[in-house]
Formats: sequence, structure tokens, C-alpha cells
Amino acid sequence: MRRRGGWGLKALLEIDGVTKTYPGVVANNSVSFSVGENEVHALLGENGAGKSTLVKMIYGLVRPDSGVMRFQGGTYAPASPHEARRAGVAMVFQHFSLFEALNVAENVALGMEEPPPMRTLAARIAEVSEEYGLPLDPSRVVGDLSAGERQRVEIIRCLLQDPKLLIMDEPTSVLTPQEVDILFETLRKLREEGTSILYISHKLEEIRALCDEATVLRLGEVVGNVDPKTDSARQMAEMMVGASLMTPSRDSGSFGEAKLEVAGLSIASSSPFGTSLRDVSLTVRAGEILGVGGVAGNGQDELLAALSGEALSTPGTLKLSGQDVSALGPNARRALGLLAAPEERLGHAAAPDMSLVENALLTGGVRKKLIASGFLKWTEARRFADEVIGQFDVRTPGADHAARSLSGGNLQKFVVGREVLQAPEVLVVNQPTWGVDAAAAASIRQALLDLAAGGAALVVISQDLDELMEISDSFSVLSEGRLTQPRPAAGLTVDEIGLMMGGAHDMGVAHAAG
Amino acid sequence: MTDLAAINPTLLVFALIVASTPILLAALGELVVERSGVLNLGVEGMMIVGAICGFAAAYESQSPLLGFAAAALGGAALSLIFAFLTQFLLSNQVATGLALTLFGLGLAAMLGQNYSGEAVPATPRLNLGPISDIPFVGRVVFGHDWVVYFSLLMAALVWAFFKYTRPGLILRAVGENHDAAHALGYPVVAIRVAAIAFGGAMAGLGGAYISLVRVPTWTEGMTAGAGWIALAIVVFGAWRSGRVVLGAYLFGGVTILQLNLQAAGVAMSPELLSASPYLITIAVLVVISADRSRAALNAPAALGRTFHASS
Amino acid sequence: MIRLERRSEPNRLFAGITPVLAVVATMIAGGAMFAALGADPFVTIRTIFWDPLFSEQFASYSRPQLLVKAGPLILIAIGLSLGFRAGVWNIGAEGQYIMGAIAGAAVALAAYPLEAVWIFPAMILAGAIGGWAWAMIPAILRTRFNTNEILVSLLLVYVAEQVLASASTSWLRNPEGAGFPGSRNLAQYPSAANNEIIAGTGMHWGVAAAFIAVIAAYVLLSRHILGFNIRLAGQAPRAARFAGVSPNRLVLICFGASGALAGLAGLYEVAGPARQISIDFNVGYGFTAIIVAFLGRLHPVGILFAGLLMGLTYIGGELAQIMLGLPAAAIQSFQGMLLFFLLAGDVFTNFRVRFGGRVAA
Repeated sequence: MRRRGGWGLKALLEIDGVTKTYPGVVANNSVSFSVGENEVHALLGENGAGKSTLVKMIYGLVRPDSGVMRFQGGTYAPASPHEARRAGVAMVFQHFSLFEALNVAENVALGMEEPPPMRTLAARIAEVSEEYGLPLDPSRVVGDLSAGERQRVEIIRCLLQDPKLLIMDEPTSVLTPQEVDILFETLRKLREEGTSILYISHKLEEIRALCDEATVLRLGEVVGNVDPKTDSARQMAEMMVGASLMTPSRDSGSFGEAKLEVAGLSIASSSPFGTSLRDVSLTVRAGEILGVGGVAGNGQDELLAALSGEALSTPGTLKLSGQDVSALGPNARRALGLLAAPEERLGHAAAPDMSLVENALLTGGVRKKLIASGFLKWTEARRFADEVIGQFDVRTPGADHAARSLSGGNLQKFVVGREVLQAPEVLVVNQPTWGVDAAAAASIRQALLDLAAGGAALVVISQDLDELMEISDSFSVLSEGRLTQPRPAAGLTVDEIGLMMGGAHDMGVAHAAG
Repeated sequence: MTDLAAINPTLLVFALIVASTPILLAALGELVVERSGVLNLGVEGMMIVGAICGFAAAYESQSPLLGFAAAALGGAALSLIFAFLTQFLLSNQVATGLALTLFGLGLAAMLGQNYSGEAVPATPRLNLGPISDIPFVGRVVFGHDWVVYFSLLMAALVWAFFKYTRPGLILRAVGENHDAAHALGYPVVAIRVAAIAFGGAMAGLGGAYISLVRVPTWTEGMTAGAGWIALAIVVFGAWRSGRVVLGAYLFGGVTILQLNLQAAGVAMSPELLSASPYLITIAVLVVISADRSRAALNAPAALGRTFHASS
Repeated sequence: MIRLERRSEPNRLFAGITPVLAVVATMIAGGAMFAALGADPFVTIRTIFWDPLFSEQFASYSRPQLLVKAGPLILIAIGLSLGFRAGVWNIGAEGQYIMGAIAGAAVALAAYPLEAVWIFPAMILAGAIGGWAWAMIPAILRTRFNTNEILVSLLLVYVAEQVLASASTSWLRNPEGAGFPGSRNLAQYPSAANNEIIAGTGMHWGVAAAFIAVIAAYVLLSRHILGFNIRLAGQAPRAARFAGVSPNRLVLICFGASGALAGLAGLYEVAGPARQISIDFNVGYGFTAIIVAFLGRLHPVGILFAGLLMGLTYIGGELAQIMLGLPAAAIQSFQGMLLFFLLAGDVFTNFRVRFGGRVAA
């Protein structure tokens, strides 16, 4: 394989032949690459390509089975994150390593090896956060912060230790486009000051905008090094995926009558750090797909719960084909044709330890008539489960296996397929392809498009803007529990979307005025 | 014949403090355990084992101090069974805690079969000469044995531990989000085992205070639900040490008051009076937990959840 | 180094054999404990597990006792297992057992000395309602005020014990009992007595009720939507709400069912083997049933066997007490130990144990 040449910089971190296996999976197979000094190095790959395992080894959370790492020329084998931090490696996690009930300063202190006294630390946080344009109040409780602010806490925590290498695991998945710009400014500034950055992502455009060099991983192996400034996105994508993809096709026709009408829906969140829905209104017509974008934690879970019937709303706020369903629970709504697929597969959409047959029964009982006067019809339930498995190409040895034994992509296909095969009038899905491999994601999107083509109305909540642009007819954004007025998706620019994400209420007013 | 005048306020407050101390000790221990994200329902079992270990050691050595030391060791040893099962074998914390209580009650009864009716040397009260002779204050504030002061000192130390020290911060972090704490490199299991052992030792001391000072003798099942009350007081105290002190003294007050009322022959059924501490504890729990958002905010977020590092 | 690896799904083989392994491990550890107490471990184990059923000297007396002891344990454990499966922790069955007994006995004593066929059915109803009502206190506090049901149900045991003391010393006391505490002897009141259905077997109406409860629970859990919802709520609470299960309703149902069954157990006990309300009427069945429920894997058929086994240790324990002078508490520790080993064994169901850690290169 090609060793780094490039800018004639010497290597800061070298990974040489590192292998890590888990039972049944080779997470990393003889991976080698190096990160130079003053370099932003991208680690590119699909979900499940082995990126996370690799950075966990660099950060001392996981030990490699074989292979060598070198840092600043010396042998580097951190036994714990403490050792990694002492050596000068810091990490910003994808799912934040933060403590919601503690304040910013306490959170920062927990990520440092030898933190100064709290008062000094608070002053340092204020100072450094100003310096890098990431304002942050040290005394605020993290649970009250937005996703973008939380990421600042993580970044500040790293910066206070003057790291030589900063690892960032999918940092932009929770940010608005404007926040991404700010982040990139910060990272460029850091590089100028002499910090190297290992940037993990599967978003090609970001890598082109930011990184000096990229290593592409697929199925745990390095498939090549590319120069993101010169190589095309298409080349990188093909390397990453290793196959050509089925792209969904959309027959954008005219829409039918309104199926789902939401007017002035407000629901207080049930969890202390959740987001309450505020005055949400939307209409979806037969054959239409409404894409709901927005940064995670802005009321997505709450919106799904309000539509699925897990949370009830005041009468008159929610109508299904003209009938008021605001006071009906999930099963009554299912009977009328309003179905939902939540984001969290294990534990919400499906029960992890239950078999696929039981999971088919979980939502299919009403519409598929799997229950007769309280008693379960196991034969019919099995038939339904097999139908989902067959039609949606769910890879499993059989319907008797537990949901948690399936891979993320296969379980997601099962969850979406389970709802689609119940012939919904309205289907609400949250993050339909989150953490799913590209092939499965494409087939799930196609299934959603087919469903809409068949006359159903769909609400697709997602944080993946590319996905929403691909399948939506109209588009709106959730921000702090408010929903912008839906607009036709065709012709929307990234800047416009960014503005919508920044402040939904302002945007709504501006739009109404204009 | 009611004779409320026979109730001596000095003795009443003094007895209140004595009645509160075992619960305070056990509740402070459980407070630390729960702050680390572990729910140990075995407090009653650890207390009763502490009670018999303390009694037996004090009887054999004729030294109450050695008795308390043995009680702390006994409670901690028993709690390590819980720690091993829940932290290493990942068993359900509720079920394991119950098992610990059932086992502890049986074990203590077995260990104690030869000690019924025996007596132990008394734990001396502090004697500060003239200060201890001041009416009311002398007796109530300066007239206790060392364990009472120790329990209040522990309350202050626990408070300071969480407020000012880094280990305290780390322990809270583990109880808040064990996955994040693990990702930052903190040894979640080791920290929790240490907290559980501390909780066991404190429960053991609380039990010993019952068998060595409050009663002082050994009878089977003598803790009579004190461990469960301690658990309730941790909820009442919203996982804060100052409020736990308040809760323990409140409960001690109710217990002593009802005993005095019974002795004074108040026209109420003695059974109702005997049940009143439990009924009042339930009532207080209801009031505290009715405010859902506040109760949820204070509880450690990872409480009772099993931690298994996936990597 | 030993490491645990989560299995991709629970291992059914281990789920089945863990209880057997736990019993064997408890016999070994218990044997060591008995040896430490100065008893011959082999003789002790034989006395507890073998002699009550097969010794020529004792079996004729103790064999029927097996059903007498196992009946209430099974009845209570079946109810508790529903809640435990749903993540609803009723650990105050002892109190519900007492209240059921008091309510049932109160009906009989109110009717005394009338002889009528409706009295026993009325007592059964009252017993179930008594236990149910006592269980509704923690259940309603939980659903209305979010109060911890574990603590409330447990604290109510101590309150129930005071009610029992009050009943046996004052308002249910036998007026012809020469001032001694305790109610009339229900065994001497034909309309209220819970007699053996088949003489000499220990099979009384409570045992029959326990068998019926086992069958009903089995059908409920494997065939009925309510049983499905109970299992779902325990395994994945959020998925249960998504499936339309109301958590509050489930709390009320589980507490109600377990309270009513515990109350029934109390009623059958007071009208049968115990004969009367007395201060020391309750002997801890409500707590031992928790062990029975877990030992039976929260499965109705498992609970049937676990109840019989626990009943055996009670009888065997008494025998060991008489024959070998073993303290009564030893058997209680023995039972607690069994639960520990069982919980420890669960690890093999969900995890694979790997020996030999890998050293970082």
C-alpha cells in the first residue's frame, strides 16, 4: 500500500499493521496509515467499516490484537484514555461523552488529566472559548445546552490540554450548516497552531472542504489513500462503497386529499432534558413525502411520539383524513391507518430480546388481525414476520431469532418493512437509514418512495439532509420544538436550509411576510 | 390514663438522636452507592449482619470499639457479594439486593444464636465535665457517644467529598452516565465496587449502633425495617447529605415520639402508634415524589442500570 | 483474564439448566456452611432433601407437608412473577398475605356460628379483595404520585404486621379464649374450614388454587395479549409504550393480581394449616416466594417446581432442626444462597465467558 509522501512533513502518528477482531467480526485487518504534523487527516468509510474501533485503539479504549502504533517517533500503546491524553491525544466523541446533570466546568474537568481548581478552570474555559469563537458559560448545566453547544464543551475540553493530535468522530452529524462552518474555522486555526487532526466522517463534501489527506476504510481494511483536494467525490464514494448503488427514483406526480393535518400542536416533553413541541402545524397529502430536517435533539423524538400516539395532545390538534385522533392511543391510530417507525431500533421500535415473530406482533397486531378476543394467533404472526423478512430482504437465519441478533441495517429493514406491509394511510418515520449500510439505506428509501407512489402520505424525520433532498416533496425544519412552514423541496439551497435550521420561528415569520 | 407531662423534653431529644443515628449511618452509605449509579436494596441485610458482627466482636473482646470495626467489616464483606454479582456477573440489582437482605437476615440469625440474652460493655458517652452538665444543651449536644458525632462528621465529609473533591466528581459522573465515564477512561466497575463496599461498611456501623448502643442486646430481626427506612430517606433527601440528615432525624423523632406517647398511655391504639413511623415515611415519600420533574432531576441518571463495556 | 462477551441472543439451554446448577452449587456451599456449624454436611443435605420424602420414619408425616408448604409459595410467586416480568416490583407480598388472611377470617368470624355453604366462597372472595386492596396502595401511589413501589410495598409489610397484632389482640380475638391473643379456631368451624380435599395428601383448596394459577399464568403469558404486553414492558418499556401498552395500567394489573393471589394464599392458610389469626401467623412466605419466583425463572411451570423445592427445604429444615439441632436460621441463609447462585448463573444465559485476555502488541 501507498505510504504517505505528500508535503514532506514528518509523521506524528503511525499505524502499522493493526488488527482487531471481535467474535465473528474482523473490525480492523492489518490497517496501516499515518497522520503527519500540521495535517488534517480524514478517515473515510461507511458505517461498520471499522473507523470507530480504530480510533478507540488510538485513544486507549481498546487494545489491538496485533500491530504497532508510533506517536512522535516513539512506541505508542496506551493502556487507557488517561495515557493517551498524557501523550497528547484528545478526542471528541460522536455520541458525546458528557454528563447532563453536571455543569460545563465539571464536564471539562472530567476530561482533563490534571485540572486546575474549579474557579481557575472556569476562567480558562471562558477565555479559550472566546479565543476560538465558541462562546460557552462554564456554570451552565450541560443538559440544558443544544447539541452544538455540547460539542463545544467537548472541543474546549480537548483544547485546554494542548493536544498534539485531536480525534473528531463524525463531528458534524449534530450541527447546522452554519455551525459546521464555525467548526471548520476552528479546526483550520488549530492546524495552523500545530495541532494535527484525525477527522472521521462519511460525508465526502466535508472532507473535500477540510482535509489534506484521506484514508479510506472498507470492511475493516484500508482500500486506499486519496488526496481529497484533487480526487473526485465520485472516486472516493466508489472506494468507500465498493459497488455501484441503486439510486431511488421519484415519480413526482400530483397529490391527493389531505391525509394528516396537525394544527397548533404543543406537548411538554416528558423528560427533564427533552424538548417540548411548540405550536407545530403541518399537512401531508396522499402521495406526498414531507421531509422534516433539523439537528438532533430539537424535538424529533417528541414529534414522532405525538404522531404515533405515545404522547396525546389536546383535542382538535391532530386529524387523520379529517377525523380527530389527538386523544387516541397508538393502537387506535394504527387501526385508522396512522403508523410510525421510531428512530431507536433496539428498545423502541423493537424489543431486543424478543424474536422477530414477537416483534412483528408488536405493531402488527391490530391491522394484520393477529389477535382474536385477546388471544394471540402465533401462526398468522409468524406468517407476517416471514412476509416482512422475505419482501424486505432481511438477512436472518429465521423469524425465531432475537431482534438484537440482527445487524443494524437488517433490523431497520425489518422495522420499516413491518410498517410498510401494513398498508398505512400515513407513515411517520424517524431517521429511517441512521447507521445503516448504503445498500440497505437505498432499498429503505425506495420502499418509502413506493409507498408514497401508492397513495400513502409520509412524514420522514431525518438529520441527513442529502437523504431528505432525495426523497422529499416538501421540506420543513424542527428547531427547538418549532416546525417551520413546509416549503417545496425542489430548488431549496443549502443556505436556505441552514437559515431554516438556525431559527425556525424567525424564518416562519419571514416567509409569511415575504 | 394519659400523662403527657411525664415526657421529658431533654430525654426526648436525646433519644431522638440515638434513634436516628443508625438510619443516618446506613442512609449516608446508600447515598454514596446510589450516587455512583447502583441501587443496593440489601441495606437491611447488611445492617443486621453488622448488628450481629458488632455484637459478637464486642462481646468476645469486651471492646465496643472493636465491635464497631467488626460491624463495618462484616457489612462491607456482605456488600461485596452484591458487588461481585451486580458488577462482574451483571445480575439484576433489584433482585440481588433483595437476595442480600434475605440472606443477611438468615445469616445474622444463625451467627447470633448463641448471643441472645447476653450483654456487652456500654459505649461511653462523651464527658466534657461542666459543659456536659449544662441543662438540656449539655446532654443533647455534648452528651453523646462518639458514634453520634462520627455519623454527623460523615455527613459533612460526604457533602464535602461531592462538592469539593475530584474523586467525588468522578463518582457522580459514573452515576450519571457510565458509558461516557468509561469512554473518558474512568474505571466504572472499580469505582462502583468501592462505593458499594463503603455503603456496606456504613450499613454495618448503623446495625451495630442498634445492637451495641440503642437496645443494647441481640435479638433476631432487631433492625426491624431500619434498612428500608434508610433507603426511603435517601429518596427523601434527594441524594443530598444535608437533607438525608434532616430525614433521618425526622424519622427518629417520629419513632421516639410514638414510643413516648405509648408509654404515656395516649388514647390511641398502640399498634397504630407502632405503625406510624412507617406510615409517615410513606407519606413523605409520596410528597417528595409527587413533583415528578424535580425527583427525576435529582436522581442519578444511571441508577440501577447495568454497565457492560462493549469494547 | 476472564472476559464476558454478550451473546447475540439469550442462550435457551443455559436459561434452563441454570436453576439446576444453582441448586447443586447451593448444596455444596450450604454443605460447607453446615460443616462450619459442626454438622455432617452429607447427613444434613440428606436430611433436608431426601428424608422428608423417602425416610420411612418421617415421610408419612412430612410428605403431605410438602404440598401444604409449597401451595402458598407457588400461589404468591405466580402473582409476583407477572410483576417481576413487567418490571413492577411488588416485594410486599408478605403484607398482602396477612391482609388477605385477616379479611377472610373476619368474614368467617362475623358469620360465626352460622353454618352455610356460602361462607367459604365469601371468605375466598374477601381474602382476595383484602390482598388486592393492600396491594393497590403502592400501585396507586406509584401511578398517581410516581412513588417508589418497592419501598412503599415493603414498608406496608410492617404496617400489616401491626394490623395483625391489633386483630389478634383485640378486634378478632376469641371472646372465649380466656384473654389469650388469637382468634377462634377456624378448623373447628366446619363452614369456614379449609380442609384437605383428599385426606392425608396435604392437598387443600389453596393447593388446588395454586395449580389453577400455574395453568392460568401459563396460558396468559404464552397465548394472551396481556401476557405479551407484560413481557414486552419488562424487556423494553419504550417499545411497550410504542405498542400501545399503558405503563400505569400494567402497574395496577400486576399489583392487583399479585396482591389478590397473596391474599388468597393468606386466606387458605388461616382457614387451613394455621387454623387461626395469631400474632405470629405470618412466617415469611411472602419473602420466600420472591426466591421461588426467580428460581422458577419467572415461568409458571418453573415456579411450580421451585415452589415444591422450597417447600421441601422448609420441611427438611425443620427436620434438620429436630434431628441435628441445626438452627432455624440456617435454612433461611440456605435459601438466600440459592438465590445468589441463581442470579450469578444468569450470566451464562446472556454472556459467553472467555478465558485468556489478549495482550496488546
